[in-house]
Amino acid sequence: MEPSEKSPEIIICRCEDITAAEVRKLITKGYRTPDEVKRFSRCGMGQCQGRTCRNLVLQEISAATGQEVKDIPMATFRPPTKPVKLGLFAKARAESAAEGGGDR
Amino acid sequence: MKTADIVIIGGGINGVSIAYNLAVRGCRRVVLLERKTLASGSTGRCGAGVRMQWGTEMNCRLARDSILRFERLNQELEYDGDIEFKQGGYLILAFHQRQWEQFQKNVALQNSLGIPSRLVSPAEARRIVPHLEVGDLIGGTFCPKDGHINPFKATQAYAEAAARLGVEIRKFTETVAIGKDAAGRVQRVTLADGEVIETPVVVNAAGPYSQLVGEMAGVALPVHSERHQILVTEPVAPKQGPMVMSFAHGLYCQQTPHGSFIMGIGDPHEPRGFDTGHSWQFLEDVASKVTTMMPALKEVRVVRQWSGLYNMTPDAQPILGEIPEVPGYFVAVGFSGHGFMLAPMTGVLLAEMILGLAPTMDVSMLNVGRFARGELIREPSVV
Ligand SMILES: Cc1cc2nc3c(=O)[nH]c(=O)nc-3n(C[C@H](O)[C@H](O)[C@H](O)COP(=O)(O)OP(=O)(O)OC[C@H]3O[C@@H](n4cnc5c(N)ncnc54)[C@H](O)[C@@H]3O)c2cc1C
Ligand code: FES
Repeated sequence: MEPSEKSPEIIICRCEDITAAEVRKLITKGYRTPDEVKRFSRCGMGQCQGRTCRNLVLQEISAATGQEVKDIPMATFRPPTKPVKLGLFAKARAESAAEGGGDR
Repeated sequence: MKTADIVIIGGGINGVSIAYNLAVRGCRRVVLLERKTLASGSTGRCGAGVRMQWGTEMNCRLARDSILRFERLNQELEYDGDIEFKQGGYLILAFHQRQWEQFQKNVALQNSLGIPSRLVSPAEARRIVPHLEVGDLIGGTFCPKDGHINPFKATQAYAEAAARLGVEIRKFTETVAIGKDAAGRVQRVTLADGEVIETPVVVNAAGPYSQLVGEMAGVALPVHSERHQILVTEPVAPKQGPMVMSFAHGLYCQQTPHGSFIMGIGDPHEPRGFDTGHSWQFLEDVASKVTTMMPALKEVRVVRQWSGLYNMTPDAQPILGEIPEVPGYFVAVGFSGHGFMLAPMTGVLLAEMILGLAPTMDVSMLNVGRFARGELIREPSVV
């Protein structure tokens, strides 16, 4: 396995504060898809939903396994794509109920 | 041909707990087959709340002893990570008189079994969760031993301990058929790529797909699957210690150690099936209920929503044990939305049944025959 050139202390996921060393440890243990790295480390589950760290994770997996980045399956992307306040969803419900949309 | 002593189908929390418990009792040739990756089924999608506060003696004991095991799981499994067990308690709310009366009985039962739960007044509930709007609350129950765990880490902890003890864990490996001998005993499993593993024992730990893995052996399990949706918010400063739960609303809401809130709500109109999509309707449902109960949460932002499946039985209790018509075919299925928290005991009990050891606890009433006999178990405290 070829380690990537980045130093182990470098932060891969800024939102969740996860280092290259942590990601590499998972890859060594056999968690070799972006989905697995995400689920087992939270890397990519932060505020930006992986926009910043997604490519860095792909590079780590590629460096360790020799797979080309384009051949690695992408992690599942879960909506909502922009963080929305709970109060706004509650308000939407209250408004549709007032219009006769019904609440159940 | 490859042979094994025991093949487990399913790499969720129950499959890996069974695998570990078999291996630690000396069973060496155990193979665990997982179609995708570990915890990719219900386990990785669940709320991962754990509570001792139940309404039947059996559930209280199963949950109590599972939580006692979770408390020292990092050490027991020599895990190099942390399962992140936060014991902030569960605050369960009563909004109807009948519910309140039931809660009084539950607490008496729980206390008689050494579970440190207690009844709380609305004022005390508010002291425990300061942002709670008490409104028409009658009272509640609180148990400080209950809490929340990281389900991925718990699965990983069991899986790595099992692997160290010699269990062969095969990810991305789907089982497609189960073969029986002339006498109807389990004989082999066939994988998607055609490989055959000969084995006298198969354990169905396939979570919401258990009925399909049942059909492979000609077993019609009395279970169905049902979608449950859930959301997580951005992490915010710690403000809520316990899980807050209301059976009347079908609602649960907790803050993880990581700071994010996780919440979900039952939908009585949810059809049966394997759909794991998500809806706008759910966001509005859960947001309007939770912000009525805890208005301070209006300001917290949702970052993700997803769904998973409950594997339901007619009495919302699991089915554990061997299927009498197919010797060697064991099931740990039908957890009906609370199978994460029972996994430590499920693993112990299944391992004992399979190896013919004296059981730590009598759970014979959870066998599949109870439905035909009409001996359903009445548990009053489920969401
Ligand atoms: C939204 C939601 C919230 C929940 N909240 C809680 C909670 O707070 N507390 C709690 O205790 N429980 C909760 N649950 C329930 C809990 O998730 C489940 O009871 C538990 O995770 C079941 O674990 P399992 O190992 O039996 O099944 P699963 O985790 O579903 O694992 C089964 C595995 O089998 C694999 N599989 C299936 N078919 C095959 C095949 N043919 N070949 C190979 N592999 C196969 C699947 O890929 C899957 O990984 C919740 C569930 C949901 C959906
Ligand atoms: S940097 Fe990883 S989720 Fe934002």
